[in-house]
Amino acid sequence: MEYTEQKPYTPDTFLQGVKDCIPTLLGYISIGVAFGVVGIASGISVFEVFLLSVLVYAGSAQFIFCGLYLAGAPLSAVIVTIFIVNLRHLLMSLTIAPYFTKYSMLRNIGFGTLLTDETFGVSVVTAGKEGRLGGKWMDGLNVTAYTTWIVACTVGGIIGQWLPDPEKWGLDYALVAMFVALLVLTLQSIPKEKIMHYLKLIAVMVVSMYGMLYFMPGHLAVLLSTIVVATIGVVTEK
Amino acid sequence: MTTTIAMVLLIAGCALVTWIPRILPFVLVKNMKMPDIVLRWLAYIPVCILSALVIEGFFHKQQSFVTIDWLNVGAFIPTLVVALITKSLSKTVVAGVVTMAVMRLLFV
Repeated sequence: MEYTEQKPYTPDTFLQGVKDCIPTLLGYISIGVAFGVVGIASGISVFEVFLLSVLVYAGSAQFIFCGLYLAGAPLSAVIVTIFIVNLRHLLMSLTIAPYFTKYSMLRNIGFGTLLTDETFGVSVVTAGKEGRLGGKWMDGLNVTAYTTWIVACTVGGIIGQWLPDPEKWGLDYALVAMFVALLVLTLQSIPKEKIMHYLKLIAVMVVSMYGMLYFMPGHLAVLLSTIVVATIGVVTEK
Repeated sequence: MTTTIAMVLLIAGCALVTWIPRILPFVLVKNMKMPDIVLRWLAYIPVCILSALVIEGFFHKQQSFVTIDWLNVGAFIPTLVVALITKSLSKTVVAGVVTMAVMRLLFV
């Protein structure tokens, strides 16, 4: 994200929100198209890809949905895992919500509904610069991101359909590769002095996953290992 | 197109559990403060869950023991290198898919 303009304040207009969303659009487009292709490779239809992007609207949750669906996880495991993955949205909403107290409950629900990693990033930078956030600006930002995401996912799904026998072309690995990239990007945002702590936790995760797989299916091992290792993380942090 | 009712309900369920954490602070905006320990625990969740999902593919469950899936581990290494160098989601996905396709061609 680049913020070169030196205006004293960001006008509270829908159009300004649209403009401020543009630097993030390439991210939505590439991840969205990748999601569509991965979704089809995981055995869900274009319509289901579309439905997920409209209703869930969360990249990581949508990828995890495909991974668990492909693994044949029970419905309850899918929903619980996605709930846990998206708990981080709670942190983002907690940061942004105080700027919108003067707006109605309905509008606040609207702001929260369309909050993503990227719109959070843009708004938290703007809030830091301006000390305030405008509702119309936020809507412009949110609606632009949401629309782009839905179109990108659906186009990806259509592209995915043209590819016969996706496994032969290694497309089933797209999902894992995406998690690798998301992991690297997440680690990148962690302060340098904490990186060793996180790398040790990942080593613990390897052991935990290996051990748990003896006793339970993969999706359950993912969920339980996450809870155990995150707890170890809190207990062992300095 | 054969979207089942069960699938629609599953997606709706996922939508609900994604939506609630997003809107909750906006609804309860006045002085909602979570205990520090919970916030610290939540901060570990993204890395833990993503690494668990990556690591899950390293192993293959046989009847009574867990073995290493060498094809998956083999594809992981170049994928990780590309992720570290490019920091790009799309390039990493392309690298992973190409590696897996080549390895299937050569070894399977």
